[in-house]
Amino acid sequence: MRHLMSPLDFTVEELDQLFDLANDIENNMQKYARMCEGKKLATCFYEPSTRTRLSFEAAMLNLGGSVIGFSDAASSSASKGESVSDTIRVISCFADICAMRHHKEGAPMVAAEKSSIPVINAGDGGHQHPTQTLTDLLTIRSLKGSLGNFTIGLCGDLKFGRTVHSLINALVRYPNVHFIFISPQELRVPDYITEMLREKNISYEEVIRLEEIMPRLDFLYMTRVQRERFFNEEDYVRLKDFYILNKEKMALAKQDMLVLHPLPRVNEISVEVDDDPRAAYFKQVQYGVYVRMALILTLLESTK
Amino acid sequence: MLNVGKIEEGFVLDHIAAGKSLSIYHHLQLDKLDCTVAIIKNARSNKMGKKDILKVECDINTLDLDVLAFIDHNITVNVIKDGEIVDKKELALPKEIRNIIKCKNPRCITSIEQELPHIFILSDEQKEIYRCKYCEEKCGKRL
Repeated sequence: MRHLMSPLDFTVEELDQLFDLANDIENNMQKYARMCEGKKLATCFYEPSTRTRLSFEAAMLNLGGSVIGFSDAASSSASKGESVSDTIRVISCFADICAMRHHKEGAPMVAAEKSSIPVINAGDGGHQHPTQTLTDLLTIRSLKGSLGNFTIGLCGDLKFGRTVHSLINALVRYPNVHFIFISPQELRVPDYITEMLREKNISYEEVIRLEEIMPRLDFLYMTRVQRERFFNEEDYVRLKDFYILNKEKMALAKQDMLVLHPLPRVNEISVEVDDDPRAAYFKQVQYGVYVRMALILTLLESTK
Repeated sequence: MLNVGKIEEGFVLDHIAAGKSLSIYHHLQLDKLDCTVAIIKNARSNKMGKKDILKVECDINTLDLDVLAFIDHNITVNVIKDGEIVDKKELALPKEIRNIIKCKNPRCITSIEQELPHIFILSDEQKEIYRCKYCEEKCGKRL
């Protein structure tokens, strides 16, 4: 029986199989509509997250299965002081697979150790959010045809953004990926990431302004620059517009460049960009459902 | 000068940093063994000024000493058989350490789940870096 704690739990070959399955689901939804009939997914969300939880629930419903669960800690037995270890033992009696989000880092791993059903980490604090990374990888692979041989710009808060760190760690396993990190000095990508890239001989650049590198990008992965991350208001006001993607900046990009974003978007992508055919962030949400469907099928298969 | 006699079979742990012998006694769980142990504190040392020494009389296969490499790899481990030193043990960093150190990350699940063991996995042998099994928080070697 397998669980998913980190995007690196799967080898590159296993990920290829998972993405092949996700693409087959995309093209033949009807074929999979009853694959999980009689199976139940438990969504154990100790902190609220509407999009991820609904994506998991939609995935299971698309497969003909059903869903039980809770959407915040207050409505779970955690409010009475029950441990994660005990909760998952109980949930194992009710459901066939579990997606868990928890504000404490490592909580889904504790659950996986005690569980008799597969556990999917649906986000544990600032640590991992593997299904977001799988979503990003599937989107890139589906829209570009392969994972590798491209230049990706990662823009915004690269210091605290766990989706960015996870994506970098996942992409270094593919050939010829060039990274361009676009962020204010305060929100640079952490040293341990750049050290890892140097050790692996993977090329990267760090820049402050988005405009100057737009023409070279195959992908632009946007994240939000939050006001509270800055040391002072002056710097925030000076820099915030550098990281807002608008029509003018898009005009500098290649015709087949694609814009990704883990969402929710606040103001870092101007709504005028939404109609641009290169805006792929809502397609990305759809790929999130396909990859979660493929993941549920793969993990349930591992219990046989 | 205090004299502690020879042991027939067991280990002499020498060059322990002064004052650390009791913590090593506990980490090796010697309190749970039914054997003779001599704890020598603040012995004179040419190399260290002062040092601690532990003499443990036991079957040499009963103790897992790898954790010593995590605590302090300057410790010398002499293996004693028939009253003589038969080997000086090389200490290797353990792949996993359990309940020796606690994860200091306040966001880690170990901070609220009382029964969980604190497990650290060796992630970089050269830099001697361990990471919490659950949250991957980094911890340097040494206590």
